[in-house]
Amino acid sequence: MGNPAPSTAARARRASWLTLKAREAMEAWLFVSPTVAGFLIFFAGPLVAVVWYSLTEWNLLTQQMKYVGLANFRDALFENPDFWHVVRNSAVFAVGLVPFNMMLALTLALGLSGRFPGVIFFRTVFFAPVVTSAAAWAIVWKFLLQGESGFVNQLLATVGIAGPNWLREPDWAMAAVIFTRVIKMVGLNMILYIAALQAIPRDYEEAARLEGATNWQVFRWITWPLLGPTTLVIMVITTIGSFKVFDHIYLMTGGGPENGTLVLAFYIYEQGFKFFNVGYASALALIMFAIVMVLTVVQLAIRRRDT
Amino acid sequence: MIGRFGPKRLRIVSRVCWTIGLSVAAIPFVFPLLWMVSSGFKSAAEIFGSPSIVPREWRWLNFVEVFTYQPFAQQYFNSLYISVSVTAITLVVASLAGYALARLRFAGSSLVGLFLVSALMVPEEVTIIPNFFLMKRFGLIDSHLPLILLPVFGPHGIVATFLMRQYFLALPKEVEEAGRMDGLSTFGIWWRIAIPLSRPALAAVAIITFLHSWNQFLEPLIFVSSLDKFTLPLALSNFTDPYGAPLWHLQLAATSLSVIPILVVYLIAQRQIIESFALSGVKG
Repeated sequence: MGNPAPSTAARARRASWLTLKAREAMEAWLFVSPTVAGFLIFFAGPLVAVVWYSLTEWNLLTQQMKYVGLANFRDALFENPDFWHVVRNSAVFAVGLVPFNMMLALTLALGLSGRFPGVIFFRTVFFAPVVTSAAAWAIVWKFLLQGESGFVNQLLATVGIAGPNWLREPDWAMAAVIFTRVIKMVGLNMILYIAALQAIPRDYEEAARLEGATNWQVFRWITWPLLGPTTLVIMVITTIGSFKVFDHIYLMTGGGPENGTLVLAFYIYEQGFKFFNVGYASALALIMFAIVMVLTVVQLAIRRRDT
Repeated sequence: MIGRFGPKRLRIVSRVCWTIGLSVAAIPFVFPLLWMVSSGFKSAAEIFGSPSIVPREWRWLNFVEVFTYQPFAQQYFNSLYISVSVTAITLVVASLAGYALARLRFAGSSLVGLFLVSALMVPEEVTIIPNFFLMKRFGLIDSHLPLILLPVFGPHGIVATFLMRQYFLALPKEVEEAGRMDGLSTFGIWWRIAIPLSRPALAAVAIITFLHSWNQFLEPLIFVSSLDKFTLPLALSNFTDPYGAPLWHLQLAATSLSVIPILVVYLIAQRQIIESFALSGVKG
């Protein structure tokens, strides 16, 4: 009879060992398959499609697409004066928003990184707009910033200042939207800064203090350099976010007055979904992508050079 | 004289100055929300008349009219069930993929990771036009499916996947190996061991996903057109007179109704919610 049982078992074990790797790989692919499928259907496919769209012109009546080469890009970059106006607006928005947001975030974080009675209360307050929907926030601020009868202007009137019609004058409208957006989002950056501040070992500061360093010197030569990586992340995220601003613009100004707040994301929406210039809007979207990429790379490069 | 400006005194003085400064800075953060609620109780006539935070007459009727003006209850429900669906599906999909990327060895693992990271670099605005036509082809325009599918698989879902992966990587491997010895399948290990151990990460993903979906604006604007399909962010600015001018007392009453539950939950769980955002902000 012998004993065939062990040898079969051994063979079975070897066989299962051989397929163990294959089996693990198969299971892994099952695990990632929803994500991969979603990636292909809703990201990779559309990315290819948007490049194709950008090279075509659509006739909405006949539903025909015509290949036009780079005409949409030429149109945007060289022929349509709107485009550069819009890019300028987006740049103004970013230049106004990013430093304001980051300085406020850092100031608040410096004030709220320690432990003292009320610190949790203040953090909760400054973060509250982040969890509030942008739509609600924009609506409330639009209400507050109404012309003469708006609350902000009534408040200013009590101290004898005649406030402008905030959302109806191009420059003021831009400033008002930037302010509203900063207040809405600054809590997020504040939290990131607080986390970074709390990760800095106390010894550095204490050593510097023993040497007689002032508050400013400690900040300038210890805290600020150590915050470098966080500052970079925050700067990149905030810049990208500022180029994507849409809801505040849509709800507060609708791109007006006189296209004074017509920014890139809003312009793409208008061209694509209001006027159905699908080819042109696709080209714009790719240009926006390029701008965001360039800004990110430049910021990373500056940082690498500095450190 | 010197004692009066000693270090301890100085610290107290600086503490007081900071507190006053912070309180002043807090005004534009808190006041709009208070003013929103108070204005939601005012009549159309009073709303621009009195700059008083306490309404002269509490007009509860606003909160009734909000529901009769448009299908606000339906819209509220839409937002709720869409956000819950997005959260539930994201938790499953992201933790499955995150687990595979953290623990399982397979050819193409790093490639999948790389592709997902690269997708994070592309703003959603770039792919939303083709996605619109994709949904149109499948007859999903003016349905809620795009609002559920796109966030699950978009950049937001990818951030969730990496958050989960990061958390799984930090778990002790031994427990999972013991599970394997006891005859659990890979799926069993994921479901019975890895998932129960990652409650904090799942909670963080759930919080940011829910809020992201609840607050979405561009996608509903593009994909949904009938009133009874609207989500809250779209519905709020839709209280207008026949000429399109906003009926502020109704807009602000409706906005209060949409914001207050979120803020109440936020006040109860502020620590957890803030930490969740900090986590996703660093990774995303």
